[in-house]
Amino acid sequence: MAPKSRRSRKRAPGGTAEPVMLFIGTRKGAFTLKSDARRRQWRIGGPHFLGQVVNHVVPDPRDRKTVLCAARAGHLGPTVFRSIDYGRTWREASRPPAFPKAAEGEKGLSVSHVFWLQPAHPSEAGVWYAGTSPQGLFRSEDGGDTWEGVAGFNAHPMRAQWVGGEQEAPPDGATLHSINVDPRDPQHLYIAMSLGGAFESTDGGRDWQPLNRGCAADFIPGPPPEYGQDVHCMRLHPLRPDRLYQQNHCGIYRMERPEGRWQRIGAAMPKRIGDIGFPLVLHPRDPDTAWVFPMDGGTVWPRVSVGGRPAVYVTRDAGKRWQRQDQGLPVRQAWWTVKRQSMCTDALDPVGVYFGTTSGEAWGSSTEGRRWVCLARHLPHIYSIEAGAIGG
Amino acid sequence: MKVLVPSQLRDYTGGKHLVEASGASLAALLAELDLRYPGIRFRVIDEQDSIRRHIKIFVNGKQARALDLALAERDEIVIVGALSGG
Repeated sequence: MAPKSRRSRKRAPGGTAEPVMLFIGTRKGAFTLKSDARRRQWRIGGPHFLGQVVNHVVPDPRDRKTVLCAARAGHLGPTVFRSIDYGRTWREASRPPAFPKAAEGEKGLSVSHVFWLQPAHPSEAGVWYAGTSPQGLFRSEDGGDTWEGVAGFNAHPMRAQWVGGEQEAPPDGATLHSINVDPRDPQHLYIAMSLGGAFESTDGGRDWQPLNRGCAADFIPGPPPEYGQDVHCMRLHPLRPDRLYQQNHCGIYRMERPEGRWQRIGAAMPKRIGDIGFPLVLHPRDPDTAWVFPMDGGTVWPRVSVGGRPAVYVTRDAGKRWQRQDQGLPVRQAWWTVKRQSMCTDALDPVGVYFGTTSGEAWGSSTEGRRWVCLARHLPHIYSIEAGAIGG
Repeated sequence: MKVLVPSQLRDYTGGKHLVEASGASLAALLAELDLRYPGIRFRVIDEQDSIRRHIKIFVNGKQARALDLALAERDEIVIVGALSGG
């Protein structure tokens, strides 16, 4: 049999040219946006699962075929759908994430929704992690068809204290998210929670330690606690896995391991903008470059762009300085924001940066944020956006 | 017995709004439905065996509150997607 030919990777002047597929989760279903090789023309696909709340749609970079989708409907319980043809057809997981049945007379946990999906280490083909609301960690070893709870977290004797009570949960429910796997070691995991804070496991999830030193929690009186912080989004840099960034309820932070203390790099943001927001994404080849989308976190937490003038901010020096990137974005009266899973990058050169808005627009930049173009309008409220390469 | 299926679950039943199933209890009936239409039970009943918040199940017109409810051969089961916001 002749070897399967690989599509040649065209090079654009000074960079790479390759189509990109964006997987978009919304409050009313999932959509795709597929680009041409120059990322200038975009074609929308979907809706998939129309009417269902889709929190996350994630392609598997290990096989470029599998896509998992976390969904629930207003009436129906949560589930995971799987595609092995890059989103053309879907099958439901035969055993979605679910907590164990409680003993007679005890109150057990029930998954409200699957919030975050994460492919595991590249050496673990078919292994995925899922984070849920309420805060639970689940693992699949068969490409997302069946899921088991990670008992080391879900049944940890400290879990109830780490996550707090139901009354402390954010408006849409408390979530476990930001599952990061150390590329050097599949047993080394990081997770984050709203509420709960950041946690680390060095033994594949059997035990966990809080990782919140230096991180504020201004909604709790007293000095910063060991846990209980509100992490909005935390990311590890794949080329420098001892560096973590997080966008927190209380600012933007960076941590260098093994020291393990968060430094508030958001202090360098313009004071009129502040450093509150939800998403944070990293440049895939430059550990010093990160993008955030600040929002109004003052007064009653309006959760809209600051002053109605949306802007992305980028740092190119690991948070010492931040630069506003708003060219192409609305200049006034645009009162939307960007949720924690609604911002991503592709792997091309220059890096494409994308975000989806609470008003149903998808925006992209093929110039690392220097200029923004609206890729789609009139979608439902966007919950997540993830980029994948096309073809296997 | 006859089971009336709401629109929210007809992806599972191949579009059928009325299916036949059997079982000595609501739990047994739902287990049989899940065998025939995989995945349908978990979207209606959570992992603690509670009927989900926005789902109601009626047996002969009376709302069922728990899965241990005994069923008879001629009972009529209606699963309803109740109000759940916008």
